[in-house]
Amino acid sequence: MPDINTILFYIFAFLIVSFSFIVVFAKNIIYSAVSLFVTLFGTAALYILLRADFLAITQVMVYIGGILILLIFGIMMTTRITDSEIKTTNLSSVPAVFVSAGVFVILIIVLLTTKWNINPPVENDVTVNRIGNLLLTTYLLPFEIASVVLLIALMGAAMYARKK
Amino acid sequence: MIFIFSNMVSLDYFLTLSIILFSIGVIGVLIRRNAIIIFMSIELMLNSVNLSLISFSSFMGDSQGQILVFFVMAVAAAEAAVGLAIIIALFRNKETINIDEINILKW
Repeated sequence: MPDINTILFYIFAFLIVSFSFIVVFAKNIIYSAVSLFVTLFGTAALYILLRADFLAITQVMVYIGGILILLIFGIMMTTRITDSEIKTTNLSSVPAVFVSAGVFVILIIVLLTTKWNINPPVENDVTVNRIGNLLLTTYLLPFEIASVVLLIALMGAAMYARKK
Repeated sequence: MIFIFSNMVSLDYFLTLSIILFSIGVIGVLIRRNAIIIFMSIELMLNSVNLSLISFSSFMGDSQGQILVFFVMAVAAAEAAVGLAIIIALFRNKETINIDEINILKW
């Protein structure tokens, strides 16, 4: 009898993989966006299984609340939903599958041949305190630079998307 | 924290899932010709890398990997805003977001 952790992992892994296939292969672009929603939510659930509670919440807020809404705005502004996309030429899909399978095999080999340095995980551990401490001590400069990057991206995006 | 699952799934499972997600993202970038779908595939790949970083961090008992994920998310948000703005500007100029037709830099 597998424990609850393993069962949850398999459920979410199945959800993530199947819906990410839909993201990539769906004809209708709106289906892709909605499947991306499920994929991101499943990943957030796996973050909770990995005891990264703060990042799970951040994932839901940043990816689902921000990026996905932005993506759907982009879809609405650039495509007519009733159109189906012209199918990709078969010319590029066979090499693409080879490249992707190559990436997969190389990464699996790396995974199998590396000896990972694993410590026993800490029980009932809350990561928010430690993340907050690290962000305001060791990683203070990258934190501030990230805020500047976000500001510049905001201004750049507004400038590009504006009508000339 | 409420989640008191005593024994965790092993690290290899999470890394394998992350590898599968990354490969699906690579296929998406290579075979789709819609700029927004390519964009979503890039988000998938970013997500798989985040998953592997978090599993490393969690299995080492070290929070620094989660800080890295935090920065990846910030940069992904910036990238999403700028990328979609560029796609919208392209659509305004060329009336298409099929990247086979956006070849004005190619001679």
